[in-house]
Amino acid sequence: MKNLNQTDGEVQTESVNQKTSLKNIFLFFACGFFFGFVLVKAEVFSWYRIQEMFRFQSFHMYGVIGSAVVTGIVSTYLINFFKRRKQSASIHVAEKKFHKGIIPGGLIFGLGWGITGACPGPIFLQAGLGYAGAFVLLLAALTGTFLYGLLRERLPH
Amino acid sequence: MQFIQDVIYKPWPWYVVGPLIGLTVPLLLLIENKTLGISANLRHICTALLPAKSAFFQYNWKDHQWNLLFALGIVFAGIFAAVSGLLEYNFDIHPDLQKELAKHNVQLQAQAMPDFIFSTSALASFKTWLLLVAGGLLVGFGTRYAGGCTSGHTISGLSGLQWPALVATIAFMVGGIISANFVLPFLLTL
Repeated sequence: MKNLNQTDGEVQTESVNQKTSLKNIFLFFACGFFFGFVLVKAEVFSWYRIQEMFRFQSFHMYGVIGSAVVTGIVSTYLINFFKRRKQSASIHVAEKKFHKGIIPGGLIFGLGWGITGACPGPIFLQAGLGYAGAFVLLLAALTGTFLYGLLRERLPH
Repeated sequence: MQFIQDVIYKPWPWYVVGPLIGLTVPLLLLIENKTLGISANLRHICTALLPAKSAFFQYNWKDHQWNLLFALGIVFAGIFAAVSGLLEYNFDIHPDLQKELAKHNVQLQAQAMPDFIFSTSALASFKTWLLLVAGGLLVGFGTRYAGGCTSGHTISGLSGLQWPALVATIAFMVGGIISANFVLPFLLTL
């Protein structure tokens, strides 16, 4: 499959037509399960935790996000350090290219996040938890992404 | 064994859960060189389900099955948590937030999500639909326009020390602060 206009406005999604092995299918699912389980334990999906964050009433969310980023930086660095020693290929997060849409897009997402208290990960989690509102939220978010796809050519990037 | 009970049925502190969330970044890179980013799944689902002519949806979504599997894992974690009663403890809500919501005649329960937005019976109210639909549309539109959400930009982008991710994160926070302090209170008065 040739790479057909896969730019997201942001990242060239790497398109290698390799079949995901059964082992990796399980691992990706397990990774998502782990991620979702931790979001439950972190209460990150909670509408109240997000409202408290944006009102500066609680340190919790800042602590969660801050320590997640530090862990991401340190662990990637350490893995690459040992990989270099063994002379194997290092790992890198896909490049996020800057474009003019990042700022208005980010603000628009933030406006939505402040109302519903949910970014996309937690929406999937809330749906699994069985909250009726989460299904409406998911459909609305899909519609929002679809509208972006239709309007994309006319927006500054 | 009170301690084990608490570990299972109580929330964990930020310095435990934060690093665990951060570990998904190297985990996905090690499995198959994948970069964490959940909002892209909204696009993949659109592409898979809707026959759109827009160039934005012209690609082989099956190349991104890994990410859809990741999202499916999150859904199943939610089902697991609900079935095993992991959220049946009294939820703390900051007193100032309680006071503010009380002004809008919102009934609060000591649980993770407010009934006035997320319960089935709330769907009888116009205001609930307004909050959910407006919020959802903005989230779906904004994440794609910005090219990522909290996971893609903030967690994995910043983990890769990429400055566009920092710009995005600041924009998310500014938007969220405006929204939670001014837009939401206004919508609640409607």
